[in-house]
Amino acid sequence: MENKLSLIISSSPHLHEGSSTTKIMCAVILCLIPAGIWGICIFGIYSLFVILASILASLITEFIITRLQGRFTLSDGSAFLTGLLVGYNMPPSVPLYIPVIASVFAISVVKMTFGGLGRNWMNPALAGRVFVMFSWTGPMTTWLAPSAWGRVDGVTAASPLGFIKAGLLDFKGNISGPIEFLASQGYPVGRTAPPGSGWLNNILASIGRIFPEGYGNLFLGNIPGCIGEVSALLLLLGTIYLFIKKIITWHIPVSYLVSFSLLVWIFGGNRFGCGFFRGDVFFQIFTGGLMLGVFYMATDMVTSPLTPKGMIIFGIGAGFLTFLIRFYGSFPEGVSLAIIIMNMFVPLINRFTRPVKFGIVKEGKE
Amino acid sequence: MRNTITFARGGVHPHDYKSLTDKIPIKNAPIPAESIIPMHQHMGSPAECMVQQGDTVREGMLIGKATSAFSANIHSPVPGVVKEIKQVYLPNGVKGKAVVVAFEGEFDQSGKLQELLNWKDMSKTDLMDRIKQMGIVGLGGATFPTPIKFSVREGTQIEYFVVNGVECEPFLTADHRLMLEKTDDILTGIQIVERILTPRKILIGIEENKPDAILLMEEAVKDKGLDIEVIPLKMKYPQGDEKQLLVSLIDRQVPSGGLPMDIGAVVSNVGTIFAIYEAVVLNKPLIERIVTVSGYCLKNPANLKVRLGTKIGELIEECGGFAHAPAKLISGGPMMGFAFADPDTPVTKGVSGIIALSKKEVKSPSETPCIACGRCIASCPMGLSPTVIYKWIEHGEYEEALAEGLMDCKECGCCGYVCPAHIPLVQGMKLGKIMTRKKKI
Repeated sequence: MENKLSLIISSSPHLHEGSSTTKIMCAVILCLIPAGIWGICIFGIYSLFVILASILASLITEFIITRLQGRFTLSDGSAFLTGLLVGYNMPPSVPLYIPVIASVFAISVVKMTFGGLGRNWMNPALAGRVFVMFSWTGPMTTWLAPSAWGRVDGVTAASPLGFIKAGLLDFKGNISGPIEFLASQGYPVGRTAPPGSGWLNNILASIGRIFPEGYGNLFLGNIPGCIGEVSALLLLLGTIYLFIKKIITWHIPVSYLVSFSLLVWIFGGNRFGCGFFRGDVFFQIFTGGLMLGVFYMATDMVTSPLTPKGMIIFGIGAGFLTFLIRFYGSFPEGVSLAIIIMNMFVPLINRFTRPVKFGIVKEGKE
Repeated sequence: MRNTITFARGGVHPHDYKSLTDKIPIKNAPIPAESIIPMHQHMGSPAECMVQQGDTVREGMLIGKATSAFSANIHSPVPGVVKEIKQVYLPNGVKGKAVVVAFEGEFDQSGKLQELLNWKDMSKTDLMDRIKQMGIVGLGGATFPTPIKFSVREGTQIEYFVVNGVECEPFLTADHRLMLEKTDDILTGIQIVERILTPRKILIGIEENKPDAILLMEEAVKDKGLDIEVIPLKMKYPQGDEKQLLVSLIDRQVPSGGLPMDIGAVVSNVGTIFAIYEAVVLNKPLIERIVTVSGYCLKNPANLKVRLGTKIGELIEECGGFAHAPAKLISGGPMMGFAFADPDTPVTKGVSGIIALSKKEVKSPSETPCIACGRCIASCPMGLSPTVIYKWIEHGEYEEALAEGLMDCKECGCCGYVCPAHIPLVQGMKLGKIMTRKKKI
């Protein structure tokens, strides 16, 4: 032929659908941003510094370690995502050294000691959070009241779940559920109407219902909590994009939510003296970072099972453990611990949920 | 729209790029001045070379004789003189003897009025014998010798004869054009095969991105009053693989390590059927095939009827050459084909297409570590765990890879197509297979 061509010789397939690790990480980061902005708006600008500190610490740690190994991996976006998630899992008034330590621990110990991206067996962001949670329990459980409560800067408040956990210790009596309980104890979540809840009620009015004020606050994120976890609505919106892009599948979130909700529904009412099948499911799934955990942490590809069947087992297990820790453990929330414990079972789950190979006839089945 | 069916497990949906050539009628490629005819163009053992340098050959003369039952005859595609016998590398990595024929003299068959043989008078053995003599192999790409495929074991009843008109590889339109242009001949070919196999039922599977072919086939079947069912299939790669096609059509799985015959079915590509028609009715050996030459780099993509042994560079020139420089040339389809660099590479029996991909199309980000997303597992039509097998192979643990089902992998490329980490999974599988074979010897 004419002049020399420079041609690539490589193995098939020669086409690719166009996905990449970086694109996946960037999509997840993108979906998380609205919830973070919400957190900054209601808890103040200091929250932004908490998030930035986590991200920077995470990026720098990864950069230094990979530099020592003679490679560069920041471009895959996973360190940024880990930093972002650590920041989202911090209380808004936490001293800056805590998120920094959490990020450094997440990247250096949890991620890099096992070989970096793809080799860690535990979600780095959650491990970082749990590490600082046990090390600095005080600052890690000090929450700010959201601005909609008419807060003066620096006024702390208990998170709804923490308030209930503490309040129930010496509570004897009979009450219809957590919202009622909070209201009876003077906790503001049941009283204040959330800003912008009118449109929600408009939608619900068409099916003859009204959104109770307390739930509206929970759903929109007008409650004390970690920076990125409070707005269930914005987290769910981001999730829609992840589903459309097929970055996450329904298996883990749905099985997680279903197992958790069922257990809450069956046993959740006992603590308030309502008996079985009276648990308040909505209250439980919109509090304590469950939305963030279910859609963004439990679905972390590296630390979740490979097959749909495995994912369902993983989700059910995480839901069960979250329920157990929240209702019978000493921690009010339990999502991070539940996911981390299930992370440890992933190799075992993978081993027992291998896909059935094509053309393998089950023995004894004629 | 009719309800269409497909196979359930795995598979991917690459863009099909077929509009480049699917409206372009098949035209004859020029007769090459020099043909390179490898002796190993098929699955199985290479044919034994029957000619020497300086010999005169005629069109369709036997120049390579099958060395075993699992082999195939090779014929000279052109009349001429044997210029030399040399070693060639084919894109799929096969190295072997090839006869170089310089074209001269007269054609015996081409361009002359053909006498149609009356196949209806031939016995089953005669038909089989003819298919064997004419060197027919599966033209879908795997080049499995057809006589073996049609050798039904004593006492086995073939329930289904399936004609594969799926052509699921992107870019390729050779089978599509063949079905449109040679509809009646293909139906005759099917009747010949029916005589050999005596199946209970005959099915033609065609993907629904070829509605004209589906319609035409259905009408032709009706006109001739044949008992053949044309079944439109929902698009999904790799439906053109006989294992997936049988799941789509008759919902049966070929056992691991087995053949379609184990479940009472035989599958043949439409190209093969047409070659059988030519061999039996026109007495013509397998010396030509339809090749789709396509890609956005080419000036005029085309479907060409090519003499085997034609240099691929000449086909590209026939298509007007490159509009802009390609980054990759592929022999076969883009999902399973082989990249090659030498424009003197000859067209062999298994080359269904020549694809020129541009830099933009082959550009991909560099490999990153496996993030265990599980997409390769979800896309594997064979129910394997490519990521797990790949990791075993990477560590040299071939026994473990075998236990995970390495040999069931058919290198369809779905896993590599979806892998966000751009891990060369298929390359790993190929390496694993080679290494296990080496260890066995």
